[in-house]
Amino acid sequence: MWEYSEKVKEFFLHPKNVGEIENPDAVGEVGSMICGDALKLTLRIDKETGRIIDAKFQTFGCASAIASSSVLTELIKGKTVDEAIKITNRDIAEYLGGLPKEKMHCSVMGREALEAAIVNYMGERRPPEAKEKLICQCFEVTEEKIRRVAIENHLTTVEEITNYTKAGGGCGSCIPQIEEILKDIWAIKIPEMPKVKKRLTNLQKIALIQDIIEKEIRPRLQADGGDLEVIDIDGKRVIIALRAMCVECPMGGVTIDNIQEKLRELVDENIVVETG
Amino acid sequence: MKPIYFDNNATTPIAPEVLNEMLPYLRELYGNPSSMHTFGGQLHRKIEEARVKVADLINAEIEEIIFTSCGTESDNTAIMSAIESYPRKRHVITTRVEHPAVLNFCKHLVRKGYRVTFLPVDKFGRLEMEVFLKAIDDDTAVVSIMYANNETGVVFPIKDIGEILQERKILFHTDAVQAVGKVLIDVKELPVDMLSLSGHKLHAPKGVGALYVRKGTRFYPYIIGGHQERGRRAGTENVASIIALGKACELAKGYLNEEAGYLSRLRDKLERALLELCPDAQVNGDRENRLPNTTNMSFQYVEGEAILLRLNEYGICASSGSACTSGSLEPSHVLRAMGIPFTAIHGSIRFSLSHYNTEDEVDKVIEVMPSIIRELRTLSPYGKEKMQG
Repeated sequence: MWEYSEKVKEFFLHPKNVGEIENPDAVGEVGSMICGDALKLTLRIDKETGRIIDAKFQTFGCASAIASSSVLTELIKGKTVDEAIKITNRDIAEYLGGLPKEKMHCSVMGREALEAAIVNYMGERRPPEAKEKLICQCFEVTEEKIRRVAIENHLTTVEEITNYTKAGGGCGSCIPQIEEILKDIWAIKIPEMPKVKKRLTNLQKIALIQDIIEKEIRPRLQADGGDLEVIDIDGKRVIIALRAMCVECPMGGVTIDNIQEKLRELVDENIVVETG
Repeated sequence: MKPIYFDNNATTPIAPEVLNEMLPYLRELYGNPSSMHTFGGQLHRKIEEARVKVADLINAEIEEIIFTSCGTESDNTAIMSAIESYPRKRHVITTRVEHPAVLNFCKHLVRKGYRVTFLPVDKFGRLEMEVFLKAIDDDTAVVSIMYANNETGVVFPIKDIGEILQERKILFHTDAVQAVGKVLIDVKELPVDMLSLSGHKLHAPKGVGALYVRKGTRFYPYIIGGHQERGRRAGTENVASIIALGKACELAKGYLNEEAGYLSRLRDKLERALLELCPDAQVNGDRENRLPNTTNMSFQYVEGEAILLRLNEYGICASSGSACTSGSLEPSHVLRAMGIPFTAIHGSIRFSLSHYNTEDEVDKVIEVMPSIIRELRTLSPYGKEKMQG
């Protein structure tokens, strides 16, 4: 038994905006009966203002698919097309008070239908199917969709991809490909915002250096049987003494370089670490 | 609200007589049957009394009954025992529509290097006997074929299969979990070497089952430890549940003669009415050879989970083979093996009755089901044109 929120139950038992708009301004159809869920979204759009005046849906699927579709229509009604396109699958799931994780694909289907309807309204042609690489044969999921959903929802595991797109949930033969795609997506490091370092007073600097040495550096050395002691901090010069196993260690020089690098990263880029 | 419980192939209510019988052994009579003192030791006799009742239901000898913890354990034990007993034979035959207790155990054997033939079924869920005959060879250690399918109720020709295997001297196990207590089973007439049954499918509690092992069959225990069950199944006996299983078997034997007639009358009424009142509905499985209590029906253009949750609003309990209810994204392996189109599998509903169900309950389902299907079809993008057409 799925744990559905009260909101999901309410929208499933009494769905709003059921049906089909006659002569609609936009139609979005996604899914198929074979896959187990399908959604047809029809919109009435005011040409002058670009505002969605009415939205109706028809869904073949489980309770959460019906509820997600109904919520989608509620969310977009009254919005302009430009505003509506910003709605994500997470907005749908959140409005419903959350969905069981295995059911997130229902919210993704809602978002896809919206996208398809807007593309239809704009008169854009969908890129030819041939270009899209089909990854999951069982549920007809393309690489493009996996990438988009993974990035939008910050998904990092195959299981999450399956929950959100169904890909990999059938015969499972595409799982290695999904793993590759995920590796590829998350290998690109998002450049971190450079940290704005506040100017520190001498006392603050000393306290910070001691803190880093105590909490980050010494425990690591101790784990290898080594240790160190801070002899003095003089301006940008940090004078330390290696202790225990570190004393005899031929890698002592490297250790000091590493400590210096860490302190330069976290405190001040001009710090020099010396042994006393 | 008392539920209208039409999901008896999933589990059954505990019979009141059964509960009364077992309660003292959960309260004051908590002893261990292996103890030397009377307080514990006297329970040994109660277990043997239960064994007589279980044996009686299927016309077995008392020493042919081994108590287990569930149907799954009985199934696993039977197949494993056969394999251990004939270590040189590396081939197993089963079907594509078995319960996971057999199916997944056999898939596990494939990973262990065994050769397993998964026999196909036709569109009515019937075994393809030709394929079965071709699959048997000198390397076959055991054949495990269910007596009746849990999803469709389709009954396999166990007697015919058993006769063939007896001649070839190949061990034959049948998972009769869904059949025991619903139809007459007489192991003196039925050429099987091992047969599994489960307590909670016949009004005993969950957590107890039995394995019938024909006298003279090589046996190798699956759970190893103490001397319980004459060394064939270790572990301190689940005394209360074993006594409950005995009582449940005794009750089942009492009503077995009328059971099939009563159940099939209710089931057929339900099935006929729903076929008549709901357009684009069908029955899945061989209607000639079926358990009397089960019907598996498909309602096109709507999804099973949605139907179940609408039924749930009326307190009606059933189940579905749709993907959304399976816990995975794949719909029922049984219906797929039968080649039922996906469109029909997604909208499949199983009603399974017991002798505690009444005609009023059937009438209630007949009353609400058509409007549920109609309403869900108005929600469905596929429903409309069909409804008008």
